[in-house]
Amino acid sequence: MARTNDIILRTTTTLIAFILFGFSIYLFLAGHNAPGGGFIGGLMTSAAIVLMYMAYGFRAMQKVLPVSFRYFVPAGLLIAVGTGIGSFVFDQPFLSHTYGYFHLPVLGKTELATALLFDLGVYITVIGVTMTIILTIADDIDEE
Amino acid sequence: MEQVLAFTSSLIEITTVLSIMGISISIIMLLYRAIAGPTNPDRAVALDTIGINLMALAGVIAILLVTTKFNDVILLIGILLFIGTVALAKFLEKGVIIERDVD
Repeated sequence: MARTNDIILRTTTTLIAFILFGFSIYLFLAGHNAPGGGFIGGLMTSAAIVLMYMAYGFRAMQKVLPVSFRYFVPAGLLIAVGTGIGSFVFDQPFLSHTYGYFHLPVLGKTELATALLFDLGVYITVIGVTMTIILTIADDIDEE
Repeated sequence: MEQVLAFTSSLIEITTVLSIMGISISIIMLLYRAIAGPTNPDRAVALDTIGINLMALAGVIAILLVTTKFNDVILLIGILLFIGTVALAKFLEKGVIIERDVD
């Protein structure tokens, strides 16, 4: 079988993957006051990574992203549990969250909540679970 | 002035309801093609176009409900549609969606 040329798919992927990453970060940060949040943001990020895998194949992507996605699951769970345990430091019940107003350089007066850190844990865990499932299914050749 | 506003809002409502009816008819006809399509590429293209119609439906319903919360959903449908269609096309052409080693 002649080698096929995927140039349209690959050129489109380089453009669209950036849009997907930006959109996923927007969804992740918008989750407090608008539709979005860690779960759908993580799904969007893994959709972008899956698109890159589909365009460039397994071996090229392992050079681009040399991380094992199954380590993302314990990392995200540790962050989520850490925000829960962190409330013990301040003599509060488990998973108490707080917020405050800060003056950031570009954004001006911004409300920062510690729920964002919990959401970050959800985000990383969702990326890890989704990518582990998809890559485990895609990988059908024995690695000896 | 009040009369003009009432007329405009009723015009928007009538237009959106007409658009919903048009999109619904289009989706039903595409559904026929997706079920009865002779070959698998026909079904793939029909499903892709159903998704585009779904994006339009979400937009029109967002106008009808006077909300901006659906804008993310519309973008999301488009992205998932693109990825799903790419995966279907790769499966139909090569029989494998994520290749082990290209080049």
